Amino acid sequence: MQNHIRMGVDIGGTFTDVVLEVGKDQYSTKVLTTYAAPEDAIIDGMHQVCTKARIAPGQIAQIIHGTTLATNALIERRGARTALITTEGFRDVIEMRTESRFEQYDLNLQLPEPLLPRQHRFTLKERVDAQGNILIALDRPDVEALVDQITSYRFESVAIGLIHAYLNDSHERMIRDVLAEKLPGVMISLSSEVSPQMREYERFNTTVANAYIKPLMKSYLGRLEGRLADEGAQCPIFLMHSGGGIISLESAAEFPVRLVESGPAGGAVFAADIAARYGLKKVLSFDMGGTTAKICLIKNQTPKTARVFEVARTYRFKKGSGMPISIPVIDMVEIGAGGGSLAHVDAMRQIRVGPESAGSEPGPACYGRGGERPAVTDADLILGKLDPESFAGGSIKLHSDASARALATLGEPLEMDAQTAAFGLAEVVDENMANAARVHAVENGEDLAGYTMIAFGGAAPLHAGRLCEKLGVDRLLVPTGAGVGSAIGFLRAPFSFEATRSVYMKLSDFAPDTVKALLGELEKEATGFVRTCDAKAPINAEYKVYMRYTGQGWEIPITLTATQAESPDATTFQALFEADYTTLFGRTVAGMDIEITVWAVNATTEAIVADSLGDTPAGLRAAPANKRALFDPVAGAACDADVILRDALNPGDTVSGPALITEDETTIVVPVSRTAIARSDGTIDITEKRA
Amino acid sequence: MSSVAYQVMWNRLISVVEEQAQALVRTAFSTSVREAGDLSAGVYNADGLMLAQAVTGTPGHVNAMADAVAHFIRRIGPENISEGDVYITNDPWEGTGHLHDITVVSPSFHHGRLVGFFACTAHVVDIGGRGFGADAASVYEEGLYIPIMKFADRGKVDDTLIRIVRGNVREPDQLVGDIYALATCNEIGHRRLIEMMNEFALTDLEGIGAFILENARRATLERIAALPRETATGAMRIDGFATPIDLKVKLTIEKDRIHCDFEGTSGLDKKGINVPLVYTKAYACYALKCAIAPEIPNNAASLAPFEVSAPVDSIVNAVHPAPVALRHVIGHMIPDTVYDALDKILPATVPAEGAGCLCNFQVSLRPAPGKTGRRSEVLTFNSGGAGARPTVDGLNATAFPSGVMTMPIEATEHTGPVIIWRKELRPDSGGAGEHRGGLGQYMEVGAAEGHEFDFSAMFDRVDHPARGRQGGRDGAATTIAQDDGTPMRGKGKQHVPEGRRVKLAFPGGAGYGDVARRDPELVKRDLARGYISAEAARDEYGMTAAAVEAVLAAVAKGETA
Repeated sequence: MQNHIRMGVDIGGTFTDVVLEVGKDQYSTKVLTTYAAPEDAIIDGMHQVCTKARIAPGQIAQIIHGTTLATNALIERRGARTALITTEGFRDVIEMRTESRFEQYDLNLQLPEPLLPRQHRFTLKERVDAQGNILIALDRPDVEALVDQITSYRFESVAIGLIHAYLNDSHERMIRDVLAEKLPGVMISLSSEVSPQMREYERFNTTVANAYIKPLMKSYLGRLEGRLADEGAQCPIFLMHSGGGIISLESAAEFPVRLVESGPAGGAVFAADIAARYGLKKVLSFDMGGTTAKICLIKNQTPKTARVFEVARTYRFKKGSGMPISIPVIDMVEIGAGGGSLAHVDAMRQIRVGPESAGSEPGPACYGRGGERPAVTDADLILGKLDPESFAGGSIKLHSDASARALATLGEPLEMDAQTAAFGLAEVVDENMANAARVHAVENGEDLAGYTMIAFGGAAPLHAGRLCEKLGVDRLLVPTGAGVGSAIGFLRAPFSFEATRSVYMKLSDFAPDTVKALLGELEKEATGFVRTCDAKAPINAEYKVYMRYTGQGWEIPITLTATQAESPDATTFQALFEADYTTLFGRTVAGMDIEITVWAVNATTEAIVADSLGDTPAGLRAAPANKRALFDPVAGAACDADVILRDALNPGDTVSGPALITEDETTIVVPVSRTAIARSDGTIDITEKRA
Repeated sequence: MSSVAYQVMWNRLISVVEEQAQALVRTAFSTSVREAGDLSAGVYNADGLMLAQAVTGTPGHVNAMADAVAHFIRRIGPENISEGDVYITNDPWEGTGHLHDITVVSPSFHHGRLVGFFACTAHVVDIGGRGFGADAASVYEEGLYIPIMKFADRGKVDDTLIRIVRGNVREPDQLVGDIYALATCNEIGHRRLIEMMNEFALTDLEGIGAFILENARRATLERIAALPRETATGAMRIDGFATPIDLKVKLTIEKDRIHCDFEGTSGLDKKGINVPLVYTKAYACYALKCAIAPEIPNNAASLAPFEVSAPVDSIVNAVHPAPVALRHVIGHMIPDTVYDALDKILPATVPAEGAGCLCNFQVSLRPAPGKTGRRSEVLTFNSGGAGARPTVDGLNATAFPSGVMTMPIEATEHTGPVIIWRKELRPDSGGAGEHRGGLGQYMEVGAAEGHEFDFSAMFDRVDHPARGRQGGRDGAATTIAQDDGTPMRGKGKQHVPEGRRVKLAFPGGAGYGDVARRDPELVKRDLARGYISAEAARDEYGMTAAAVEAVLAAVAKGETA
């Protein structure tokens, strides 16, 4: 991609990150997100990086964009006036949810309101059965009458979700045709297109979410395209999707729900690119910011994906307190652990940390803006991980005395002094993150031994070293550009689109021709989307089938090779399934039939080849700028740590723990047990000391 | 060991049991486990005291699980416990209350030494006998009984047991698959425990166990000590099978314990709705914990101060061989009974009565005479409305006190030739009040063409709807009938011929406080959403006809209240 100038843009909750790549050179900036007109921040950022790079916007060949706007619209309920049309008898599926309480011991629990109130959900007499046969045919006059009835509601967007429509979409299509005829301005989303998967609550909710944000996203994307063109950037614009690839502006406007979580997906792609550069097959990416930490498994330089996730959690990040979205997504765990996470002592005299966060106002106690409760950053300061004078490049002076007061208060009921309380706080938050990583690994049948951690985000380098100790992870990489990792990730993502379908097939009834035809159809659909982005590039298809023992409810994704997909046979499918099942759960279940429930084909252009890493020259033992007392959690006591400026490190220079490698944005803690070396790309490579 | 290290380890054990429970959800075959979450999982010290229990799962297993491991140690004999063993039972009195719950216990060995146990329980769809329902006259008719015994001896599975199990149940593959899933989830818990013990160089769980139990005991006792030391009584009448049942409780708060005595409660029923004491304890304890110490995790010490007693042969202390298959129908009513008493001691704390028991039913489908088709057992879990709370409305169609989920109807319809024609909210079923009771739901169930079925009903509140609190009004009662008007009973197995459907209306929760004090904006909102009808808005909530018209007109213009 020589002389190919590309720009990555990530709109986050606080900042809009812009990265311009000119050949091998990168120029980046952070601009405050402009909520009223998010494109303003992009234009501002674009001019800044173009000035830095001395190019004109017209020279940009491609813009890749990811945004939290879709997620925020769902969280803040700022979507369009939307209706749902569903099967008679099922008006309340999105409101009744799972009929359970996500917190069993709270008598005053409130469930989140559905995206659409009941009066905006309508039904039609029709029914398809679990084999896709029509039990009650839909009458076109009924549809016309309903459409006439809702005309007065002035809906901007309509979701159509019918029972078992993932097996037979003919009724959904009839409703679409009538709507398009009678209410031509209204946007339409079909459950059989947005999320053709079994389980009505997930499918309907995903379809409603898509419909709800469609007018907003379509208008935003249109405006953005116009504004960029006005400013001279007339190049194609592509969107990052939640599955870790990029799609065309038109596809994004049609299926905006696929943009949810595109920012974090960019972070995972960023880590995958570093993994490729270092030739690593097993990577755990760890992104920790102000309020949350995100953890993702990356195997063979490809982030793990899933078919369903939850957005807009309303209750302490608790599972079940948000709403399910079933689309292809990079599988991440997100927990309420960040620099601003607040600590308290509970009734059992245990220190608890997060998910409540101090935010930026008042912020942790050490910001000196009136925060009185201790946050993770306060503990980091008291433990010596942060320098009060040079936080955020010296722009925020930290108040150690305020942190000490807050921590002393925390420690009082536990008879702990401020430093011990800080130690306890840091251990609890690190343990929370380590637990999340362990559970995520085990759920995916992985053992973290042999994994390498890649850490980015402002708070991650402060905690990653300890996390590695807890997880038994030997190697930790802290790349450069970690502050704008997602936007860099966008530039590394391939064009891709995953098409999925629910079709049940038992291996005892395995029909090779049907399988071949189905996978071929999905491949055609997925490839079609990719071709709208790039007419020529070679496209690879990745085939996945989700399998389980007949009667189970949880499927395991099984990856097929092209040969296995082209000439499928039951014996191979069974062997692949049993191998993965054994990895996950220890043993197979004898005598049970196996079935396939979901089929998926991901069409993707080839990954952008990572620049291979140059050899690391022999370096020197880095000279410390000064020394600082750093608390060593393994020994449970303070030790004397070298303080080293990251800018002063040359490739090959080494640092032996305990040490602190400081830069404007963050500080890398090198624990007593570890040693670090600066690589030729600026990455700090931290490994366990050898005896 | 430092206090910080113990804090980290306690956190870890809670994470271990959650993972154990998740593994069960992922590997189980019965829809009751994999879709509905009717399960529980816990870790114990070498003496059988429970140290942590997963919050995934349902409260019915709370104390039952806490007590179960001690029974296993006693029955197996400490000298017979070996590495690689897996134990099993479905004993209603030493497990979790009915034959349909299979409990599996696995000892954990570290460096050749017994350090603790893992236990888990799951509700299976079929265990043979008459099938899941209220119709049995004794536990012998309710299905296969597996006494506490070894499922695997030093890693070797007992094939004789498997053959007996297979030969006695309707869905043998599913059941055997579930037993393996239970064993697997304990194994996963065990692996994680050993990793933790290696990391912290522990040789046993004594130190961390004592730390957990001591802190939990102290926290629980602090909560109890802060309560008024009073005694109050509570009572509730419910449908029962053929004759109504009175549940009575005397609640006594002392400085270091809370005692629930069910003296005066009705005697045993002839049919399978009787409750072993262990299950009564679970729901009485759950109700009290929600109101008094909601955030203290369950373990042997945090549960100990809650004491429950009931006369032998009362319906809440049924002993062998009483039929107990549907013990949940009465068991789920215990929290409302306990709250009737607790409300007199702690005002403005507990909710009004709700639907109480889950609105479950099981259908046994078969080809109609002379037709071909499939046989299948399909169990569904559904909920009525929860009671209104002192400051907010009750939850619509949401389980309380049970913690299980409903199954997606698309998943249900894949398990057999059943068709769910309707599953949606039931307007006007929530009791009126300052805070409205949660809405119940409508369901309509039939078979695919060419099939007939037996419908096993497990409903209550047909004749005894949820009662309002502090002036709130009652919730709507359960109704059940066939679509041609043929009446059906709230409990028991009933035949439904080909072509007929069962129409169900599940009960609403009761209201809390005087309806006159309800915020008029909330009444308008409820009318706009159709939670209440125009008639109810006028008659129950006192809206004027003009105001009703105005709301409905606004709805038709797409305005949201």
